[in-house]
Amino acid sequence: MSTTTSRTRVTRGGTTRAVAQKRVFGFLRWFVIVVMTIVTLFPFYYMIELSFVPIQDLLVDPTRLWVPIHDFTLKTYQDVLKSTSQGGQGFAGFMVNSALVATATAVVTIVLAIPSSYAIARLKFFGYRQVSTVFLIVYMFPVIIIAIPLFVGFSALGIRESLVGLTIVYIAQTIPVSVHMLRSYLKTIPVSIEEAAMMDGASRSRILTQITLPLAMPTIVSTALYVFMIAWNEFLFALLFLTADRNLWTVSLGLSQLSNGIEVSKTVLMAGSVLLTVPIIVLYGLTERALSEGLTSGADKG
Amino acid sequence: MSQPTTQAKAAPAGGRPRRSLLARQDSRAGITMVLPAVIVIVAIIIVPLAWNLILAFERTSFSTVAANGIFNPLTLDNFIGILTDSGFWNTIGTTVIYSVCSTLGSIIVGLIASLAFRKPFRSRGVFRSFMLLPYVAPVVAVTFVWQIMLNPQFGIVNSVGKSYLGWEHPINFLGQAPTALMTVIGFEIWRYFPFAFLFITARMAGLPRDLEEAALVDGVTPWQNFRFVILPQLMPVIALLSVLRLIMTFNKFDDIFLLTGGGAGTQVAAVRVYNQLLGNFDIGGAAANAFVLSAILAGSLFVYVKFIASRAEDES
Repeated sequence: MSTTTSRTRVTRGGTTRAVAQKRVFGFLRWFVIVVMTIVTLFPFYYMIELSFVPIQDLLVDPTRLWVPIHDFTLKTYQDVLKSTSQGGQGFAGFMVNSALVATATAVVTIVLAIPSSYAIARLKFFGYRQVSTVFLIVYMFPVIIIAIPLFVGFSALGIRESLVGLTIVYIAQTIPVSVHMLRSYLKTIPVSIEEAAMMDGASRSRILTQITLPLAMPTIVSTALYVFMIAWNEFLFALLFLTADRNLWTVSLGLSQLSNGIEVSKTVLMAGSVLLTVPIIVLYGLTERALSEGLTSGADKG
Repeated sequence: MSQPTTQAKAAPAGGRPRRSLLARQDSRAGITMVLPAVIVIVAIIIVPLAWNLILAFERTSFSTVAANGIFNPLTLDNFIGILTDSGFWNTIGTTVIYSVCSTLGSIIVGLIASLAFRKPFRSRGVFRSFMLLPYVAPVVAVTFVWQIMLNPQFGIVNSVGKSYLGWEHPINFLGQAPTALMTVIGFEIWRYFPFAFLFITARMAGLPRDLEEAALVDGVTPWQNFRFVILPQLMPVIALLSVLRLIMTFNKFDDIFLLTGGGAGTQVAAVRVYNQLLGNFDIGGAAANAFVLSAILAGSLFVYVKFIASRAEDES
């Protein structure tokens, strides 16, 4: 009897507290959503805003959060894009370099990653566990450590100061994560589909090219775009390999090199950062869902 | 092996009995398919790692490498030089503070954000994808914007501080000793909370509903629900995130190099290695430094796997 009453009391006390807490957390939830949205988006908004004003305006009124119509200018973009011979900063050239490197990296990485991820997902070959462990370790290993020997070795081979050398490094760096993303997707394709095809006499290579690849195409595309994004964003190896030759600079390297100096106005460089960021945001918009699923695959299983 | 139905006794790795012809074909095909990628990884990553180890034991500069290739007299000088240098230990200290604070901060912020986004609301998907922008955006662009925002002369943070918050002097966020490290950690949390957000959100979506419903019927408060029902189920993913983020932040180069250049008490290990390589052209020293770095990392990873991960597995 006494236990029942005490339990009722606890429950009742708990309920009023639950209601009060629910109200507090209901408010906090919206507060967090609003604050987090502002904090994540503001730097991007600020970047875009400053890219459309002449530098004097920034210096006169740094707290301004919008661009008055009479100050609005596109000259920043002209300045940053034009080649140095035309008095600009040559970002158009940097963008071509970045696009070349990132596209080549994405294509080669995917071509190499598809067969290996299929093999790791499906075929029990000798050493497949070791191979996937090595890939994981490579993915986690400090990049700065391989930077030293690669810097020295590529200098000796004479391919350090070239876009090809940079692309080779990016390919090796992006294979592990691509294999991881593709493999986790391939594992979700039921083996029975392939077994049925095998019963009908299809060979492994036919199964791969005519059944598995078409099924995996969306994932392949989003993995390729992700690799493109990594290569486009990369900074350390571009810095180590290409700093000396301005004609070879990627957008990331170009922006960082120019922002160290004082000659180029900050709002012109803001236009440069917009040009660096926009392709990434567009690609991210295209691949967002596939990307978050691919990256977190395995995490939801605890 | 003319009979394809023969059971393979030595089926490679994996207990299921299978047809040996197919198994052998598969094995050969598997090796062929994985080989090109493995060759690239070995040539560009494994061989350099091994070479790094050799370089660390040599007194090398660019001229000696050019003259003698990889064969230089071996020495322990590089390691002695590093381990007796107080600058090295300062760097390690900074790196530890930087990586632990950034990791903790980004996981806590990511956890709070995913809790706030848990219940559906209008256009939740759009806001969720906004949350990931700092993580996907190019590091050079976002560090540049942060630098401009925090600039003492014309940065918006300082001018707002002076105009509305009554700051007497502008704060040189990235240029003086205690604030620079704090700012860099703040940046790191901003840039990497999305990573934690992504993983925790994915895990939360997979949580079984019945446990929580049972708890709610029992009249638990939202806090109790979080503390005793949700959080324990998130612990494995949080542990995974902590390890991943710690390792990655420990080696981080770009963010600090771009924000402060390693000045004002923010020199982390990777930036120091870079300075040794390109500032002093001390290849051997840089290699030894990098080696010690990876040894520390491998050591802590080993301890983690050995003691913490296995204990967590026992509990679950």
